[in-house]
Amino acid sequence: MAEVSYVKASRVFSGNPPVRAVDELSLEVADGEFLVLVGPSGSGKSTALRMLAGLEDIDEGAIHIGGKDVTNVPPKGRDIAMVFQSYALYPHMTVAENMGFALKLRGVAKTEIKAKVEEAAKMLDLTKYLERKPKALSGGQRQRVAMGRAIVREPSVFLMDEPLSNLDAKLRVETRANIAALQQRLGTTTIYVTHDQVEAMTMGHRVAVLKDGLLQQCDTPRALYDRPANAFVAGFIGSPAMNLKTVPITSEGAKLDGVIVPLSRDAIAAAGGLDEVTFGIRPEALGIVPSGEEGMEMTVELVEELGADALVHGAVKIGDASQRFVVRVDGRTPPTLGQHVKVAVRDHSEIHLFHPETGERLEA
Amino acid sequence: MTLDASSLQVVKATDRRLRRTDRSKGASIALHAALIGASAIAVFPVFWVFITSLKPDARAVEPTPKLFNESSLDNYTRVLSGEKGDFLAWFGNSVLIALMTTVIGVFISATAGYAASRFRFPGKRGLMMSFLLVQMFPFAVLIVPLYNILIALGLNGTSIGLVLVYCTTAVPFCTYMLKGYFDTVPADIDEAGRVDGLSPFGVFWRLIMPLAKPGLAVTAFYAFLTAWGEVAFASAFLSAADESKTLAVGLQVFVQQNRTEWGHLAAASILVAIPAIVVFYLVQRFLVQGLASGAVKG
Repeated sequence: MAEVSYVKASRVFSGNPPVRAVDELSLEVADGEFLVLVGPSGSGKSTALRMLAGLEDIDEGAIHIGGKDVTNVPPKGRDIAMVFQSYALYPHMTVAENMGFALKLRGVAKTEIKAKVEEAAKMLDLTKYLERKPKALSGGQRQRVAMGRAIVREPSVFLMDEPLSNLDAKLRVETRANIAALQQRLGTTTIYVTHDQVEAMTMGHRVAVLKDGLLQQCDTPRALYDRPANAFVAGFIGSPAMNLKTVPITSEGAKLDGVIVPLSRDAIAAAGGLDEVTFGIRPEALGIVPSGEEGMEMTVELVEELGADALVHGAVKIGDASQRFVVRVDGRTPPTLGQHVKVAVRDHSEIHLFHPETGERLEA
Repeated sequence: MTLDASSLQVVKATDRRLRRTDRSKGASIALHAALIGASAIAVFPVFWVFITSLKPDARAVEPTPKLFNESSLDNYTRVLSGEKGDFLAWFGNSVLIALMTTVIGVFISATAGYAASRFRFPGKRGLMMSFLLVQMFPFAVLIVPLYNILIALGLNGTSIGLVLVYCTTAVPFCTYMLKGYFDTVPADIDEAGRVDGLSPFGVFWRLIMPLAKPGLAVTAFYAFLTAWGEVAFASAFLSAADESKTLAVGLQVFVQQNRTEWGHLAAASILVAIPAIVVFYLVQRFLVQGLASGAVKG
């Protein structure tokens, strides 16, 4: 058990110009916390994790584990366990040997290793497979062995690098819940890397969003969804993505296709002096209204039926350009393709405004 | 269960059409004849050496060769008893030199191959290029400079000197071979090992080496053969004393200026081939695996 902190830690790859894969990352992870690092590919999330593991140099700043500066400590001295995306099981060892390898290296007695491996195997439903080699296991079983290898060591921090991305969709959802429950039970500090924002939202106590090596925001899933710090986080968190459009702003509100969406006085004050703002609204905060009511004209271009609800993609004219919007509607009465519908903001408290150039949230 | 014979026949009769994997009779005969012919050509010289090894020297070369003519095991007993030169000492020298070349050569090329596969260091490209370049020189060109180096090192005439010379031939090839093999082992395995508590050398020794067994077997075989049958370096660098010769050099005593002891030469040749066959037998399981790996990933 330990807390983890990144203190302005950077990883710079030489080149011309040098690439700052992770740029002055500062992050505090509490003891027992499940923190998810999320971001698109190339955002530096895996590099950040590998820096913590000791597999990547820390070029600037420092990393502390359990209050101890580990910046220059090799991986074996950091008391961490890692689950790799490829699982990286040792092909020439059985499942039991794989799981007990770290303990064997530490010189733990054979009987104790056996007991610990069996306990972990029971927890992960692997007892039957202990004598098999990894190549005789299915993908899901291999994933569990990789988890088991980490658990058996009882490290102070678990590091997981996209451990679910090689599983099929159904197994992924199942394993997602299992990992979260297991972490809850063991209470071990866990840093989890994923590119999947659904995984991030469902598993993490807190989620850190990275982009281009820079930390965008680190907060609880709820807070990320409700109050994204900038347009990138707003667009990245939530599925389908938030509608983000640059629209003209007047003293009454934001101007969309002839409709003026009224904004609070504070919001207008925050946007003070700007002609345009980035206007963000989630598909679930929009709704289709009867044709007589006030709303934006939208031509339906695509309907994705998900069962419980449906996602309607359509074009709305803003200024001279036609912009795509996504609206979440009731799954039983979706509009048909090519239909003209009226779309209105259902919940005015769910409007997000961002600076059109910097993307920063305009606090309202 | 009862089988209806007639119904089986009916199925057979209607199923005349050739299946995808079937061959016509003519094609089958031609194929087997060609394979048998090729095998005979390959095996015949070895077979004839064996036949000759059983004959006395006088009967070895005849105007009308016979399969057996006064055949006996006398040649073998005379070669092994040391009557015709110190065969057993030569044999011991060869085994020692070949094994040392194998062990030292494989160890050096495994560490070098691993470094080339995993690490980025200045001069890596130059190193690999020089390994390729070295192999392009004919042996004859190398004898004089290597001789000078050995004298300078005081290793002239010693077994270890010859082992080092053989390593210069074996290491470049083996390094290339093993680098290719290590490249197929995912780097994630190394990292998992590091996290599990291994030192960098521990990763190499406890994870990568066991995983590279097929590749190691192939390189070991190559290094062994490099040393086992080599004549030019061995006759140039070993001392002229009879007891320090290797087999390949020693066999020359059977070929003298005016007369060649064919029977003894053949018997000795058969004896020389045995260790090579044994080594091949031990590693052949890995050979196909090792040579084929890397062709297709996974």
